Amino acid sequence: MKQRAAVLGVGQTHHRSKRLDVTMAGLCREAVDRALEDAGLSFADIDAVVLGKAPDLFEGVMMPELVLADAIGATGKPLLRVHTAGSVGGSTANVAASLVHGGVHARVLAVAFEKQSESNAMWALSIMPPFHMPVGAGAGGYFAPHVRSYIRRSGAPDHIGALVAVKDRRNGARNPYAHLRQADITLESVQASAMLWDPIRYDETCPSSDGACAIVLGDERAAAGRTVAWLHATAMRTEPTTFAGRDQVNPQAGRDAAAALWRQAGITDPLSQVDAAEIYVPFSWFEPMWLENLGFVEEGQGWKLTEAGETELGGRLPVNPSGGVLSSNPIGASGMLRFGEAAMQVMGRAGDHQVDGARIALGHAYGGGSQYFSMWVVGAEKP
Amino acid sequence: MSSDSPEVAIVSFAQAPNVRATHGTTNGVEMLVPIIREALAGAQLSKRDIGFWCSGSSDYLAGRAFSFIAAVDAIGAFPPINESHVEADAAWALYEAWVKIRTGEVDTALVYGFGKSSAGELRRVLAMQLDPYLVGPLWPDSVSVAGLQARLGIDGGLWSEHAMAEVAARSRAANPDAQVHERVTAEELLRRPYVADPLRAHDCAPITDGAAVVVLAAADRARELIARPAVITGIEHRVESSHLTARNLATSPSTVAAAKAAGADGITLAELHAPFTHQEILLRQALGLGDEVTVNPSGGALAGNPMFAAGLARIGEAATRVMAGAADRALAHATSGPALQQNLVCVLKGGD
Repeated sequence: MKQRAAVLGVGQTHHRSKRLDVTMAGLCREAVDRALEDAGLSFADIDAVVLGKAPDLFEGVMMPELVLADAIGATGKPLLRVHTAGSVGGSTANVAASLVHGGVHARVLAVAFEKQSESNAMWALSIMPPFHMPVGAGAGGYFAPHVRSYIRRSGAPDHIGALVAVKDRRNGARNPYAHLRQADITLESVQASAMLWDPIRYDETCPSSDGACAIVLGDERAAAGRTVAWLHATAMRTEPTTFAGRDQVNPQAGRDAAAALWRQAGITDPLSQVDAAEIYVPFSWFEPMWLENLGFVEEGQGWKLTEAGETELGGRLPVNPSGGVLSSNPIGASGMLRFGEAAMQVMGRAGDHQVDGARIALGHAYGGGSQYFSMWVVGAEKP
Repeated sequence: MSSDSPEVAIVSFAQAPNVRATHGTTNGVEMLVPIIREALAGAQLSKRDIGFWCSGSSDYLAGRAFSFIAAVDAIGAFPPINESHVEADAAWALYEAWVKIRTGEVDTALVYGFGKSSAGELRRVLAMQLDPYLVGPLWPDSVSVAGLQARLGIDGGLWSEHAMAEVAARSRAANPDAQVHERVTAEELLRRPYVADPLRAHDCAPITDGAAVVVLAAADRARELIARPAVITGIEHRVESSHLTARNLATSPSTVAAAKAAGADGITLAELHAPFTHQEILLRQALGLGDEVTVNPSGGALAGNPMFAAGLARIGEAATRVMAGAADRALAHATSGPALQQNLVCVLKGGD
């Protein structure tokens, strides 16, 4: 039988382009200490640790969880290392949730980090193995054609991407941990910023961040008497990078994961039933694209929700009240930040970016060439 | 641990030939395609029947980012699959799959691991696992680190170069299909030169390209698929500090703790993931395995060591013998990290 699971605490670092004040261990520990404090627990209460991060080449350490074992409190305990590309932060939280759902452990610590300043992510992404299409210009160059295709298919007006950037960066200004906090950003300033990968401009692009996130999960007994975020559903799906006929704008893996997620959570009308969504949007246009892929609206309609201001704080479906990936992007942790922020919303602990009365929230992450998806739904009530 | 979660069993195992070098890519696809097919056939399943997929591999070994994504091409993952990946030996992927089946969300899983060590210089690649600020820059390679551990045990009277050579002689004679196979005495081996004193070539696992696949099912489903599945009665893993000087390298507290938690008693057969001869002795001592226990009938990692698949292969080799009725209660062990830093113990019993 599947055991109930809940988020007991969430912690994160201050995200910056270079956290030269800490080692990788120090960075992870900062997030872990905050998560344990939020949960009112100590290392002695933790049964197992799950660590996730994106490619090891991003820091230049092979399987860094081995070196980090002491710092994240895993020594003498089970330690699992998850890696599912950019979705890894979400997958790591989901694997930790499985350990509780499966009745294996009562309290599990999930940690995700990226310290991009230790190495060079662009270099790591630009290695050209034989028989593979080179990514070349990094993630932006890879995804820009998908965005152009979305605009052509949906007929979305040109300024939608800039609207998303303005919203997310202003939200980021409400989040004390965000890397970019730009309260004064405007549509005009975004549209005046440099074009990097047409149609993606500089201000519509995620930063490179050093940062970490940690989540403490527990079973029903561990959750008793506390303010927690109950897990209502988790889902993961994968499809190959390339094959004839693949829809890279609205990938089947994302649609399948969302369908499984809503079914498991008993949600039939996500737009009405979900109060807040933390969606992995590294380039502005992915907000309308994922709104459609997740089934909040019909295909081709996502940009209308954005244009109408319905994804702003106070709108019908606030998307990325934390500022999202556009405001902080420690790659391996970015997915877990989405999952953790969703939990903070339903626990009422999101501070200045709290969505009033949030009871049900979505955490979403994707990775690879829009082919790895992980998501969860959390709620203030027991499922 | 909750007792109303389903029992999980191994129903099929396949592995690629362990060889010194393959000509394929570092993403494992060429090695994986035939053995995924073989493992599915062994369980009379098709890929559409698999509820969860999980793999283990390393980008550093492959010399590129995201090598595991390219490996998904070996599956033909469309319609999309429910899938995850560990950056570790695939024995830990099996652990994740075991957890997934216990949640009741799925009742079958396929686990695979792959490694093409021939693409680089393994002993230097593994030095990248050490503390990147203070130890890694000195490039202590994996054989030298193991040599320090072997020396500690010799000086402490826990094992000898002769006992190590006997482990090598037995492992090299065990399996005619293994990468390393020769009939040789310990005395002959001891006349060969050192690689990293006190280690000789026969004390170190060979450099291997290879891959392995295991199919799991909830025990009830497993009994429908094959006559005698290998039921997992316990699976546990623990990690130790990475600071070599802070550890007691002459034993393996993480293996002992994992075995105790997994309920490893009454064992008659053990597959131990020991890439160095002294580590097999160390693990036998730590686990308290006496002469009545058959150790590494496959030849073990000393006869073929496909990185990130060899631990999974230990579980598969033990399960194969349980499924065949050659053992009723077996232990499989997997290791990860420098000098046995992280260890997993899986206990299997015949499930007819």
